[in-house]
Amino acid sequence: MESEVQNKAPRTHYINARYGLKSWLFTIDHKRIALLYLASITFFFFLGGLFAVLIRLELLTPKGDLVQAETYNRFFTMHGVVMVFFFLIPAIPATLGNFLIPLMIGARDLAFPRLNLLSWYIYVVGAVFTLIAIVGGGVDTGWTFYTPYSTTYSNGNVLLTGIGIFITGFSSILTGLNFIVTIHTMRAPGLSWFRLPLFVWSHYATSLIMVLGTPVIAITILLLAFERIAHVGIFDPKLGGDPVLFQHLFWFYSHPAVYIMVLPAMGVISELVANMTRKNIFGYKFVALASIAIAIFGFLVWGHHMFVSTQSVYAGMIFSILSYAVAIPSAVKTFNWTATLYKGSISYNTPMLYAFGFIGFFIIGGMTGLFLAALGLDIHVHDTYFVVAHFHYIMVGGTIMGYLGGLHYWWPKISGRMYPEGWARFAALVIFVGFNLTFFPQFLLGYQGMPRRYYAYPDEFQVLNVMSSAGASILGVGYLIPMVYLFWSMRYGPKAGSNPWGAFGLEWRTSSPPPTENFKVTPVVTWEAYEFSPVEETEVIDISTP
Amino acid sequence: MAAHIVGKKTYFGIFGALMVLTAVTVWVANFDLGRWNAVAALTIAVVKGTLVVLYFMHVRYSSRLTWVFVSSGLIWLIVLIALTLGDYMTRGWVKIAQ
Repeated sequence: MESEVQNKAPRTHYINARYGLKSWLFTIDHKRIALLYLASITFFFFLGGLFAVLIRLELLTPKGDLVQAETYNRFFTMHGVVMVFFFLIPAIPATLGNFLIPLMIGARDLAFPRLNLLSWYIYVVGAVFTLIAIVGGGVDTGWTFYTPYSTTYSNGNVLLTGIGIFITGFSSILTGLNFIVTIHTMRAPGLSWFRLPLFVWSHYATSLIMVLGTPVIAITILLLAFERIAHVGIFDPKLGGDPVLFQHLFWFYSHPAVYIMVLPAMGVISELVANMTRKNIFGYKFVALASIAIAIFGFLVWGHHMFVSTQSVYAGMIFSILSYAVAIPSAVKTFNWTATLYKGSISYNTPMLYAFGFIGFFIIGGMTGLFLAALGLDIHVHDTYFVVAHFHYIMVGGTIMGYLGGLHYWWPKISGRMYPEGWARFAALVIFVGFNLTFFPQFLLGYQGMPRRYYAYPDEFQVLNVMSSAGASILGVGYLIPMVYLFWSMRYGPKAGSNPWGAFGLEWRTSSPPPTENFKVTPVVTWEAYEFSPVEETEVIDISTP
Repeated sequence: MAAHIVGKKTYFGIFGALMVLTAVTVWVANFDLGRWNAVAALTIAVVKGTLVVLYFMHVRYSSRLTWVFVSSGLIWLIVLIALTLGDYMTRGWVKIAQ
């Protein structure tokens, strides 16, 4: 009788293990910290989206009639700052990475759980500084903070925003450090490097960039502040400095930062493609090592942002060649994903739709990146909407598609509930259409010569701009729909089993949602990566699962 | 892995070396070495930095993996400086017609 009562009692998992605000704010459980990040970045995603709405509203008409030029400068700057530093960079690593890496390697938590919580607090403190800067009038330098405008002439809240980014950078460094140590030291017995899920490989590569690159942007911001406050000549030519030095230092971090955004998304796509086709990834080792190659090559290409500065043409040639080289590991991944589809048992459910979207957008974004890596062509399209379209195809079309695909795929694990598949497919389709309508016309606008960061434009550009603004409104609706049904599903969605997708990976061998300690028994891995076999799939390690 | 215990003698020795090198930096500043000014200052700074990393940060007694990560930080710094200087040092190569 007593055991029957025990069986009927709700199973304890990481969400219901403790209650109350304090239990969340002082948690050291990586899964709860991932949800703290999820809430924070969602707020910033919609804040950054609000600035995007204002930008697209202004650009509906050729004349600058909605806001003044100075206000428009603040809109696109705050859009960039918020989206890049407070959404895109932490988007996948801090949420899905935090939640999944320990589960995927059979560990109970990250190597430094308290440091993990500290990372979130540091992120919040940095975010508060930036929010104060926004409320206090914003900043107008563009997210790139180019000197000497930012150090000498801008009357915006440059320092406050800079401090916010400086502080948030430490959150990124600590998360990267935590991931590296965890992946090196806490893998389950038998889980060798080439048995790791590709999601873990891509996060390892991302962490290397976070740890090695982020300190440079921190130093650059400090130098900028030093010049702005103390008027020491570092970047301002009037004071004996060199503005191009700022660009070198800024892009040394900020180009690899694109890979901080897109490498984790590539890890998500690898998981989706393998599990939704029920095949091992074609050329697993090449895809794994391509992540490391992208992380390394990514640090050698920053000068392609500076072809029209006073950078030496010889340095330009080297940076151009190296930029072409980074296309090789990127292409390895894309070819191998598509080769995996061949003769696969493909499920066309929502996560896979996002994976298809990612592959298409990444190809367009990547190929147009080669246009921009070409010295001659870049001079024509530099600082035009062509560049804006290109990086949105990578950062929005790539990262956000990967993020949403991953969020849907692991939602049953995170929440223990299924989302409504019909609505989810509809939203994926709306996002796909809205995204293309928003950004494809911008390629044409840029190629025809419309510069970026202007609040007014000649009449002949209006049709394409209206298309872009219309697309943005569709895209906005597309992003709101998942927000609504995911919240709904947390209470009303059908309960998910341990492994609703029949997927491969240790995270699917514990219950949904997982217990606080992840696994009741430390798993011993005796299988290769993505070794699909019906017998292994039914074995669930969490013995407490009813 | 058991942590390596470093004796007080070593720490005081390194501290002494750092103080001596600081005094050397000040002393060298009294002489105008021309283009070697920066070389002298940077050499002393690198030696001091290496002592701190090896002894105060315990890298000398750490695993090979730690050595790999410490080295990679150094290599990244070299990449940053080398490619940036690659720009500055080749700017004058193109002769602009007057």
